[in-house]
Amino acid sequence: MIAAGLYHRLGSRALWVAGILLAVAVLAPLSNLALPEGHALRLPNHMMPLLGKYLTYATLALALDLVWGYCGILSLGHAAFFALGGYAMGMHLMRQIGPYGVYANPVLPDFMVFLGWKELPWYWLGFDQFWFAALMTMVVPGLLAFLFGWLAFKSRVTGVYLSIITQAMTYALMLAFFRNDMGFGGNNGLTGFREILGRPIAAPETRAALFSASAILLALCFLLCSLIVRSKLGKLMIAVRDAESRARFLGYRADHVKLFVFTLSAMMAGLAGALHTPQVGIINPGAFDPGASIEVVIWAAVGGRGTLIGPILGAGLVSAGKSWFTASFPEIWLFLLGGLFVFVTLFMPKGILGVLASIRAGWAARRASARKQAGVDPDPEPSAADPIPAAQEAAP
Amino acid sequence: MSKVLPEDCLLYLDGVTVSFDGFRALNSLSLVLKRDELQAIIGPNGAGKTTMMDIVTGKTRPDSGEVYFEGGIDLTRKSETEIANLGIGRKFQKPTVFESQTVWDNLELALKNPRGVFASWFYRSNPADEARIREILDLVRLGSRRNDLAADLSHGQKQWLEIGMLLAQAPRLLLVDEPVAGMTDAETIETSRLLKEIAQDHSVLVVEHDMSFVRDLDCRVTCLAEGAVLAQGSLDHVSADPLVIERYLGR
Ligand SMILES: Nc1ncnc2c1ncn2[C@@H]1O[C@H](COP(=O)(O)OP(=O)(O)O)[C@@H](O)[C@H]1O
Ligand SMILES: [Mg+2]
Repeated sequence: MIAAGLYHRLGSRALWVAGILLAVAVLAPLSNLALPEGHALRLPNHMMPLLGKYLTYATLALALDLVWGYCGILSLGHAAFFALGGYAMGMHLMRQIGPYGVYANPVLPDFMVFLGWKELPWYWLGFDQFWFAALMTMVVPGLLAFLFGWLAFKSRVTGVYLSIITQAMTYALMLAFFRNDMGFGGNNGLTGFREILGRPIAAPETRAALFSASAILLALCFLLCSLIVRSKLGKLMIAVRDAESRARFLGYRADHVKLFVFTLSAMMAGLAGALHTPQVGIINPGAFDPGASIEVVIWAAVGGRGTLIGPILGAGLVSAGKSWFTASFPEIWLFLLGGLFVFVTLFMPKGILGVLASIRAGWAARRASARKQAGVDPDPEPSAADPIPAAQEAAP
Repeated sequence: MSKVLPEDCLLYLDGVTVSFDGFRALNSLSLVLKRDELQAIIGPNGAGKTTMMDIVTGKTRPDSGEVYFEGGIDLTRKSETEIANLGIGRKFQKPTVFESQTVWDNLELALKNPRGVFASWFYRSNPADEARIREILDLVRLGSRRNDLAADLSHGQKQWLEIGMLLAQAPRLLLVDEPVAGMTDAETIETSRLLKEIAQDHSVLVVEHDMSFVRDLDCRVTCLAEGAVLAQGSLDHVSADPLVIERYLGR
């Protein structure tokens, strides 16, 4: 009964996507760990953290799609929430180093000893506990998003102005985290991690587990987002995006809708960042760079905003492209990225998924006309059982 | 502060004045709408008709004057959302519907149900709601277009959809701003029939320029000019008023 209800509320497409992600979460680590070295199907060790990193980017792009694609809030500061989650996890990993740092201080991380600090600042307390740090990877970005959104949405800051202040937010955070006296390692950030949950952080088994966790997180976030956008709340979000004052005159609190979505999205971004840090082995203030947030927007735009799946694909493809180009032709990557954004904005406003949808629509139309010529009845009326019409799902 | 109003009075404006950069859009406007009344507001462009609706719905705050609704609720202290939830529905001059969503979804969003974020998330459509939506679809003549995107409707159909959305809110007062602007003659006649049908069990305030439409409505008429009431009464009475002829009809 509950399962059937859930199935109806999620739709088969969301379950397929989540199913594939869960299969990846099991099969990829299995291929890496169980197959002998040199086997054609074995994922090499260095690929695991790389692919795991892409999965966390995909979660970040998905989180952005919820606020931008569905609610019309073009956040140019979403990487900040990702970075905050990354820092919260980094703080835990720093404390896990224990007495094995260069200065062998059992409590203080090296950079604090170096600064001559005698005791841990209060905001580092509790981060030796994994559960606490894990909680903070959601709570800190969520709290920031809530406060920021509360101020911005209540005073009805929208459009370009909102985008600009989100950029200002991430820029201000970057400057703050660059300062040594903030207590987050300044310029160098947090690095030199050794263990996570008692396991060596660079061991293949740990890497495989982190990869799995990243795939599972993406799957769960995708299911949650699907539940939201397919509900009446999802319709309300689109209503707020398209005609905010109409929604208000219908009696909806547009600011509450935005605040909820923005906060939830920031928490997802924070969780993704928390899995990013142990896989890349470092978090530093560069993660707050305004350019990083703009890259997230490009991922979502390339994949197709307002589709949930598109931004996931976009994040994967663009990041893979970036890895390849920055290794082979580092000097042209930024031009290529800029050019890609311009191209997509001008010629593929609905992104890759929009192109796929129109190809599919073209096929369907051709098939229908072929059938009509053959004298067969055209398709019956599309069924009303699916609460979201296909056209809207593909391209709101 | 609340105020005791006569029992049959639904909306009460007294001495309402609004200025935009020194220009008085409303100049000590006073107006009363009775319960279950259908009233038409006419007047030249810029008379302040839309501004009057902005005041009632909380979009604009008056510089001075009183605005009360049903038993003395002071509307000048309420937000747009609160006013909507008190039961005042509004149709904008320019049709405003949710273009990228279906006709059905537009009505579902408008349907009177808890408005909170979580209530919306966990809302499940049910037979009673579906029946109500179907009823409204029939009333606004959009039954055959329920699965179409609102963007694909004609201008006139969008106006009807918006009126349907007002009805779905189960309002106690409908404010309808220029519903037949840009409609064909046939659509105009259909719309006056629709509004009269609605007015049978709702209080409705209609702003309109189209005189034959106002005549069809067959109701009390108020003529505004320069932010104040010029004349009031039956259409014949108002259109015979020398001031109305001079400042509105004669132009
Ligand atoms: N927000 C505003 N800012 C400045 N002037 C406004 C605003 N709203 C209305 N006005 C002015 O107030 C006058 C009344 O406008 P309006 O109420 O729209 O007239 P009507 O609906 O009767 O044609 C017009 O001169 C208009 O330019
Ligand atoms: Mg007007």
